[in-house]
Amino acid sequence: MNIDPWIFGFSAVTVGLTLWMGFRSARSSKTASDFFVAGRSVSVGWNASAISGEYLSAASFMGVAGMVMSTGYDALWYPVCYACGYLFLLLFIAGPLRRFGAYTIPDFAEGRYDSPLFRKIAVVFVLFIGFFYTMPQMKGAGTTLAYIFPGLPYWAGVVLVGTVITLNVSLGGMKGITLVQAFQYWLKMFAIAVPIFVLMSVYGSYGRQLELGGGGRGATGGASQTLTTERVGGAEMIRRPLPAKAPGDALWESPFGALTTKAAKAAKVSDTRPYSLLYTYSLIVALVCGTAGLPHILVRFYTNPDGVAAKRTTMWVMILIGIFYVFPPVFGVMGRNLMPELYDGVGSKGTDKVVLELPRILNERVPGLGSVMSGITCAGAFAAFMSTFSGLLVSMTGALAHDVYGRMLRPQSTAEDRMRMFRLSAVGVGAVSVILGMQVEPFQINFMVGQAFAIAAASYFPLLFLSAWWRGMTMKGAATGMLGGGLAAMAAISLTSFSDLGWIQLGDLWVRQPLLRILCEQPAIWAVPLAISLMIVVSKLTASEIPVDIRMKMLVLHAPEELGLKQEYIEEHQHGH
Amino acid sequence: MKSDNQTTDTGIHSEAFLRRLMRRQLVLSGSCAAAFLVVLLGLPLVNYYLPELMARRVGGFRLTWLILGVLFFPMVWLIAWVFIRRSIALEREEVTDGLAAEKARANGGRTPRA
Repeated sequence: MNIDPWIFGFSAVTVGLTLWMGFRSARSSKTASDFFVAGRSVSVGWNASAISGEYLSAASFMGVAGMVMSTGYDALWYPVCYACGYLFLLLFIAGPLRRFGAYTIPDFAEGRYDSPLFRKIAVVFVLFIGFFYTMPQMKGAGTTLAYIFPGLPYWAGVVLVGTVITLNVSLGGMKGITLVQAFQYWLKMFAIAVPIFVLMSVYGSYGRQLELGGGGRGATGGASQTLTTERVGGAEMIRRPLPAKAPGDALWESPFGALTTKAAKAAKVSDTRPYSLLYTYSLIVALVCGTAGLPHILVRFYTNPDGVAAKRTTMWVMILIGIFYVFPPVFGVMGRNLMPELYDGVGSKGTDKVVLELPRILNERVPGLGSVMSGITCAGAFAAFMSTFSGLLVSMTGALAHDVYGRMLRPQSTAEDRMRMFRLSAVGVGAVSVILGMQVEPFQINFMVGQAFAIAAASYFPLLFLSAWWRGMTMKGAATGMLGGGLAAMAAISLTSFSDLGWIQLGDLWVRQPLLRILCEQPAIWAVPLAISLMIVVSKLTASEIPVDIRMKMLVLHAPEELGLKQEYIEEHQHGH
Repeated sequence: MKSDNQTTDTGIHSEAFLRRLMRRQLVLSGSCAAAFLVVLLGLPLVNYYLPELMARRVGGFRLTWLILGVLFFPMVWLIAWVFIRRSIALEREEVTDGLAAEKARANGGRTPRA
């Protein structure tokens, strides 16, 4: 084994610092309400950094670059829609939910429909989607560890990181503390931006690299087979020969490229572009609506003193994540020219590690510099999957311990019982995540996150959107739509994933039916309308069950907080029940 | 179930106030969303129908790559900024309206028109 001391050192410091900060702040804030109230004393800048820190996962940090490298232009939809989805959240969902004072989707489901049953359904669903979202984080962890310790198998990295974070969460560290999250954002931003600027100064700018990656000036396409070097300004532009597995230059750089035409190409369709257009739209719907429905993002809207501060915070979040998302594709573009051997790697040795490994080529020019830069990106990767996995683990474990155990199984349990249950559930959820994470090595990180978003888009988004804006919705309508859309999307996605893993044999079917393959791989374009129609039809059929105080509920969702309707609503509810 | 003063047809608990409130918010959110969706959903169509234009090189970038990978973010900021400014102003107006409506109800009169 040949471990680079710089890379190991930076990573170890990040892990140590994160654990230490988590424990230090966890000691000073013990309860969930402390966490929310503590946020209220935090300034707009800190809070915006914290939200952004929570938002940028392994998919953003490693996955986007890997996917841009392997499929080109098509992959750009991911970072753009991750950022744009946030706008949708701001426009339609954030304001009403904040005024309503529901911290989580189960809280909202129960409050809006006065139905403890619906709360239970929502909790189970939170757990389902949570697991889909932990898998890519585990892939990120396994990939990073396999890079830092050459020779370490992928699964060992997943087990190691999963164990450390699970123990940390179950011992009480890492409770989504604002300070830790804010620190993580700036670490990720620094870790992605600095190596990019150093690389660009040596090997040429984003635009020049892109021109080179697309075949150079005046090129007509077709993959380059030879090493080319070209001097532009002060930089020496290098292009190493592409392996046969890499997509050709024209395909890689064009819209409707390698990602969206795959299914149609496999079926040997003569004109692949209409299929590709459908794939693109379905992907856009999944990512934009999915972001607006992601549960762990919503919580942070409450850590602001008032509605105006919440909106200002959101503006800053959009700026912070928008700037971040310009950088990962640059890694993908440079990786194509400078490290094309990654195209031949599979699983954790493939393009998903381009962010980690690419800076190391600087060692050719300045010995040592490449190692330091690569150490910095590894530190950023740790920050990315640790923060997201911990956040997910905390929210899933909380749902299990407080909702499933504390409310459903043993309502008479003491606080101590629940604390013990919290630890036990953390270990359980952590173990399941590790086992799932070990299965998904062949999939790209970014692709898996997209799948989680598609399920969220077909379940949470219609629920939140219609509940906030349509007073005719009933509990039965909401539950049918959420489960119908969510489960249908999940089934379709599982079908393609199982077949890609070789667990079931559907290869022939996909070749014969490329349209079916696209609709199963990216189900949002039919699953979101399905969920919305189910909600409307079932609500109309059960119109007599619309909550009696619906006008008051809608007022609380929409009237400015200054009018004091929320207090009135709470008092009325206490008298009424 | 409800006390009498909440089923009156004026004041902030009235049907008219809620309808106006929701409609104005929806118009604002909807128009910002429409501006954004035209660009987001329009880009694949432009790619589809005008491939030569979108493949033009600008500073090394293909035009469509430059739009999607770089210029898209400032556009989203602009929409978010407009929305936030307008929605803060709208909320302030709603508070004024609400208080005026309550005052009118207390006096037993009709909702004053702005």
